[in-house]
Amino acid sequence: MIGLPDIMAAQARYARCIDDGRLEDWPGFFLPDCVYRITTAENHRLGFAAGLIWADSLGMLQDRVAALREANIYERHAYRHVLGLPLLEEAGADGTRSETPFLVARIMRDGATDLFATGRYLDLWRADGDGPPKLAERIVVCDSSRVDTLLALPL
Amino acid sequence: MPDHSLPAPALAAPPEVPWPADTLTRVPYWVFQRADVAALEQTRVFRGDTWNYLCLEAEIPDAGDYRASTLGGVPILAVRDHDGEIYAFENRCVHRGALIALEDFGNAREFTCVYHAWSYDLQGNLKGVAFKDGINGQGGMPECFRMSDHQPRKLRTAVVAGLVFASASDTVPPIEEYLGEQILERIERVLGGRKPEVIGRFTQALPNNWKLYVENVRDSYHASLLHLFFTTFELNKLSQKGGLIVDESGGNHVSYSAIDREAEAKVAAANEYAAQNIRSESGSYRLKDPSVLAGMDEFGDGVTLQILSVFPGFVLQQIQNSLAVRQVVPRGTDRTDLHWTYLGFKDDTPELRRMRLKQCNLVGPAGYVSMEDGCVGGFVQRGVVGASDRMAVLEMGGSDAESTRTRATEASVRGFWKAYRAHMGL
Repeated sequence: MIGLPDIMAAQARYARCIDDGRLEDWPGFFLPDCVYRITTAENHRLGFAAGLIWADSLGMLQDRVAALREANIYERHAYRHVLGLPLLEEAGADGTRSETPFLVARIMRDGATDLFATGRYLDLWRADGDGPPKLAERIVVCDSSRVDTLLALPL
Repeated sequence: MPDHSLPAPALAAPPEVPWPADTLTRVPYWVFQRADVAALEQTRVFRGDTWNYLCLEAEIPDAGDYRASTLGGVPILAVRDHDGEIYAFENRCVHRGALIALEDFGNAREFTCVYHAWSYDLQGNLKGVAFKDGINGQGGMPECFRMSDHQPRKLRTAVVAGLVFASASDTVPPIEEYLGEQILERIERVLGGRKPEVIGRFTQALPNNWKLYVENVRDSYHASLLHLFFTTFELNKLSQKGGLIVDESGGNHVSYSAIDREAEAKVAAANEYAAQNIRSESGSYRLKDPSVLAGMDEFGDGVTLQILSVFPGFVLQQIQNSLAVRQVVPRGTDRTDLHWTYLGFKDDTPELRRMRLKQCNLVGPAGYVSMEDGCVGGFVQRGVVGASDRMAVLEMGGSDAESTRTRATEASVRGFWKAYRAHMGL
């Protein structure tokens, strides 16, 4: 049984992982056959399936990190996630669903700090042995349809 | 080259350095910086003798469907009427100038301005004025007021393979002529006879002048140098051929690369890399899930990449199975909105649709082979501060703006400037 404290703890660790720049650890929050997608409220409302990032395997998340580290070019920056309270839905056969609002500030190398994204995580959590619950699915629904410059680090 | 039939450019002050009239290989940085240039572009380029993309026909399939857009900064509505035709008119009430439609898209029986409830039909004709005859014989519009004398400005529209274009100009050539046969053919190659379906829409706010983005789109030279994804993961195809088409005006282009089947056959015969045509003998970086690139040859011609641009601000993209249209909208001298509309077709097999979704990862603001394009324009915009009297050098591949078999050239960037200067009279 996955409870609110389990999910809040996992969310907090997830946010700290990205904000600390430990991208290599980020895929570890997901199950092997996970879904991870970043979209916008409008696309979500209209049922459009595309994503800014669209992954349906842990391998694709690891590839994303490798590309950010080794291939892609972008100015150095960091995020600060501020998470709201998760709203837990009743657990179903496929796991426990939650919805969690977020704010993400982006801090550029020159110190400029902007509100980069607001939105909500639509999550499906499953137990992973005795360890903390993991994400079977995370749909990141950004409120705005605009992305400033580029989206490199995951949300 | 300057078109001397145009009136002298209405710049507020002389340029910091003259733009050499006899070459396409120099571009002064002041064109990316000056507010007077940006203002002139809106009238001479976007509202001038050009065709501008508004939306997809598939986005307004039924009578009353509309989409709001802008053209040269001017708010525009594209509307499907009951006769099946698409009409475009300025989204501005003829009464006091308020926006007629406030939503970005929707379906309407008619348009009614919220301010004083003046109403318009789906072709943009003024059809109703609230309290026109006054109330109890008091007030109302004067006898001589004729609704027909007050109409929003209408735009010419044209539909090409499901793409809706509009023009504010009465003198722009017909769209087919404007695009030219080669460009038209390659639009048809992707969209012809198909029923496109939107699978996503995203807006990328670029920190640079719009011309730096449209240059980048036409710049086949930078592709393998700035975008290291394919190289890092050693995904470059061994046997590729490609080229560049620049139309006569210079403003429209196609850059493409395709699998060279002959070379591929030779490679296979030599039994080199027999198992696959992807180079992978020494890679230290490999994709853990290479399914992202397991695309299919849906057009049956081996073309894995086709980037097509139409002057001034339209792009049609095929990168493997990732299809998108991009609309470039200036928002001042150093801001640009890039609107991405990702496409599939109604008859996509589930496998093909899934591939399109996976290949979302290649393009857009987070794209493996495109995220750099979101920031590199900003690097130029910031780099050229204080350098208004200096010029960019465009000599790769010579000095002309002609079609070529190589992509190691800046021919289509020069082509853009050829068309731009003709429209601007600069």
